[in-house]
Amino acid sequence: MASKTAAAKDIITLHGSAAIVSEFFCYAANSILYNRAVYPEESFAKVKKYGLPMLLTQDESVKSFLSNLTCQISEWLEAGKLQRVVLVIMSKATGEVLERWNFRIETDAEVVEKGVSREKSDKEIMREIQAIMRQVASSITYLPCLDEPCVFDVLAYTDTDVAVPFTWVESDPKLIANPQMVKLHAFDTKIHKVDTLVSYKNDEWDEEE
Amino acid sequence: MDAGMNTSTHLKAQARCPLQEHFLPRKSSKENLDRFIPNRSAMDFDYAHYALTEGRNGKDQATAAVSSPSREAYRKQLAETMNLNHTRILAFRNKPQAPVELLPTDHSASLHQQPRSVKPRRYIPQTSERTLDAPDIVDDFYLNLLDWGSANVLAIALGHTVYLWDASSGSTSELVTIDEEKGPVTSINWAPDGRHVAVGLNNSEVQLWDSASNRQLRTLKGGHQSRVGSMAWNNHILTTGGMDGQIVNNDVRIRSHVVETYRGHTQEVCGLKWSGSGQQLASGGNDNVVHIWDRSVASSNSTTQYLHRLEEHTSAVKALAWCPFQANLLATGGGGGDRTIKFWNTHTGACLNSVDTGSQVCSLLWSKNERELLSSHGFTQNQLTLWKYPSMVKMAELTGHTSRVLYMAQSPDGCTVATAAGDETLRFWNVFGVPETAKKAAPKAAHEPFSHVNRIR
Repeated sequence: MASKTAAAKDIITLHGSAAIVSEFFCYAANSILYNRAVYPEESFAKVKKYGLPMLLTQDESVKSFLSNLTCQISEWLEAGKLQRVVLVIMSKATGEVLERWNFRIETDAEVVEKGVSREKSDKEIMREIQAIMRQVASSITYLPCLDEPCVFDVLAYTDTDVAVPFTWVESDPKLIANPQMVKLHAFDTKIHKVDTLVSYKNDEWDEEE
Repeated sequence: MDAGMNTSTHLKAQARCPLQEHFLPRKSSKENLDRFIPNRSAMDFDYAHYALTEGRNGKDQATAAVSSPSREAYRKQLAETMNLNHTRILAFRNKPQAPVELLPTDHSASLHQQPRSVKPRRYIPQTSERTLDAPDIVDDFYLNLLDWGSANVLAIALGHTVYLWDASSGSTSELVTIDEEKGPVTSINWAPDGRHVAVGLNNSEVQLWDSASNRQLRTLKGGHQSRVGSMAWNNHILTTGGMDGQIVNNDVRIRSHVVETYRGHTQEVCGLKWSGSGQQLASGGNDNVVHIWDRSVASSNSTTQYLHRLEEHTSAVKALAWCPFQANLLATGGGGGDRTIKFWNTHTGACLNSVDTGSQVCSLLWSKNERELLSSHGFTQNQLTLWKYPSMVKMAELTGHTSRVLYMAQSPDGCTVATAAGDETLRFWNVFGVPETAKKAAPKAAHEPFSHVNRIR
């Protein structure tokens, strides 16, 4: 990582920032899959990251899916073409979208164009990411129970002029009608700013209260 | 510049259908309490300028609104070509494997589901399929005046008269008009053979009728001291519940028909249902208590005849329904002061779940084909609510009645539900599915009346 080499000054380059964001996304996705019980708990292993015990899936197909994703996201981030990444949780039986985890990304275009670097303390970025991870874990307290088997998918919102690799297809936004939304913390590497938002299907049953 | 951005997204939504796409980014920017930092390189200043000035040059708002089709088309075309900042939404082609269910309860279900394709959501018509007149129907919560027999004939008691409505032909016939001093009719229940029907009266008598020949077979007297508001058949046993709080098991084949009397309720017994196996009887009363009677326990001469006494409801319990797909599961519904549906394991007497419905529960029916529960309610909506079981998610709410839906019955094929209310209408709802799809539940009409008994009376 570029950020580690310049220990004294905490310089972040575009490449480093892209790596941080895509790594963040990988861990966040794992955390969401674990906390929402999309995959059984036993299939996750604990690792230390961001100063927290993070859970990573051991399921081979999910691992390869996420690693492919992370590579591509990192590439798009370096080109400054990625607008947002959405993790969608759908019911396995009906295909209905139950939850949408929206990670909105703002890129500092100046860095993309001119290749300058920015300064931000690595520790601070880690702290911000840690806060988001904690929020994701605690989200299970208010998110409606997913008591049916679910599957997940990841959508990437990119600029139109991006070259679509053949492993990606065009998709519909998979929106939820009348969602409840909760905004979580954001983190900023000074090059990329990532906002997190979770929208979920309104549990009508709860509305009665 | 913000105005320019917003206009561009608005026109973008016009060009591409989904209006939802239009709202979502807006909402997030509204919720974003941080200062919005525009992405300068991503903005198209030429277009933004055009969008801003175009509004001014369009003389006034009126002309902008009332624009000719050609102008609209030009505008759209311009927006398309000018606007380079569409967002593409991409998804990775090779999706990960879906999680394999390890939970034992779902295991068999998922195994069955894998070869089968996703079941499409069925359409539940929001209005009644048919409405019939039911004049003089008694608007009393504690009575049970509607029942649908296995021969596909509906019996309904209007005042002192019992009418039969043949569902296959749609014809109505009168079965009997009770004498003034004996009536009105307080309960009606078809025997399992679909031919014989029991009519409970206000004077505590129960008449047994043969619907095929329109003849009265016998009258059961002496079982109760006041009106018989609820009845349930268990093969040759007709169980009757009275306003005196007693539950009497009558064997209709023998002369002294009173076989057993269950005592436990202190007020009128308004709900009475035998379980599918015929081993347990659930009774609900105006004393807010639900009793579970087990035939083996009751006959063992114990001090308390009942197997369980469930006192959780805070209002009269008329709605009782045994689950067809899960043994020992009973659903009960409370009246106006309670408004909840509770689920019980009748083996242990434990309350499994309690759902507040917001309105008095007059009747409950389980679907024979799906894992669904239908409840009928009173004030204020007088609706029928279809719940998914076990999640208790409301799948549909059917309105139409203008008074509390007191009486509900299910067709023998399990597809249609008939409801009657004090608004003097009898409505039919295709809530459980279209008849074509539910061929499995073939109505078994017994051909011989009481073929398994040697002699009646």
